[in-house]
Amino acid sequence: MTDNAVRSETLLWLAQRISAMVLAFCIAVHLATMVVAMQGGLSTAEIAGRVGGDPVWLVFYGVFLAAVSVHAPIGLRTVLLETTSLPPNRIGLLTMLFGLFVVVLGLRTLYGLFQLGPMS
Amino acid sequence: MTDQMLTVSVWRGSVEGEFVEFQVPRQENQTVLDVVTHIQRHMDPTLSYRFACRVGVCGSCAMTVNGKARWTCRSHVANVVENGRIEIRPLESLPVVKDLVVDMADFFDKWSKAKGSFVATATRDDALAAISPSERMRRLVDAGIECIGCGACYATCDVVKWKPDYLGPAAMNRAWTLVNDARDGGNDDRLRAVAGDDGCLSCHSQQGCTLRCPQKLNPTMAIAGLKRLTVKAALRGKL
Repeated sequence: MTDNAVRSETLLWLAQRISAMVLAFCIAVHLATMVVAMQGGLSTAEIAGRVGGDPVWLVFYGVFLAAVSVHAPIGLRTVLLETTSLPPNRIGLLTMLFGLFVVVLGLRTLYGLFQLGPMS
Repeated sequence: MTDQMLTVSVWRGSVEGEFVEFQVPRQENQTVLDVVTHIQRHMDPTLSYRFACRVGVCGSCAMTVNGKARWTCRSHVANVVENGRIEIRPLESLPVVKDLVVDMADFFDKWSKAKGSFVATATRDDALAAISPSERMRRLVDAGIECIGCGACYATCDVVKWKPDYLGPAAMNRAWTLVNDARDGGNDDRLRAVAGDDGCLSCHSQQGCTLRCPQKLNPTMAIAGLKRLTVKAALRGKL
């Protein structure tokens, strides 16, 4: 393994640990909010009414999405490297595409929910 | 107690082979190594196994006993027997030479790959380094230095099982003791050697090594320490 590869592996590992810390916080807030909001049952209108059009929630879920987009592809890459015999370069490419897919899907959801605005 | 018999299944062969069953008289204070020795001396002289000191110092007699890697010389039959039976196999994750003997070359080659040799920074003309036993780094060295190289951790590690190039717990525990040795000057190379895909970052922290270490060392903690230091080195551009 070249020195550059060793360094990038180490930085990927660090990125995954840091994104995990962010995720631990975001998931706790997300779940706690759900539990509180669920009291009277959950509906699309209620979710949009609470989250839609609110810049604070937009930033919160933006951070959540960023952490997921870093964390999941690196984890998937490690799992594939350890459990399959696919060439490492191909695994890198596949998981990078997966990461892009998560980003696009997540941004689209965030944008859609924000656009929806508060529904009464 | 000697009228009781112990049913012992022993692996015979190398990669291809089979279990052969022996009835061994039960003794008081009998170790698993005593059992293997009894079989070889009295029942089947062609049985191959490895031992030297018989007192838990040399690290050469580790085998898989009822599914777990153990130092056989200090494993009492009373503590490992299940329903009057003991199954003895060679260590896992290492090539079997014959019967209970494995080839330890991979295991020790990885100590070299992990830069497990002391790199001196002083000469014989310099004064001795004064290191207090209570210093933090010295205590970290003390916690890991009593490794006897038996391979029980390596044979237990599941990362070694699916990543044959993975350095393994013992080699990295050795690297950790040198990383914390104030007299050593080889840390840049050493951290580079234990970082990366085959090194400390691949450890899953499942702690099988720590559970099975007969010396009660904690290689998982050593590897966690290496993770911290390799990340710091990477951020400083030293990897």
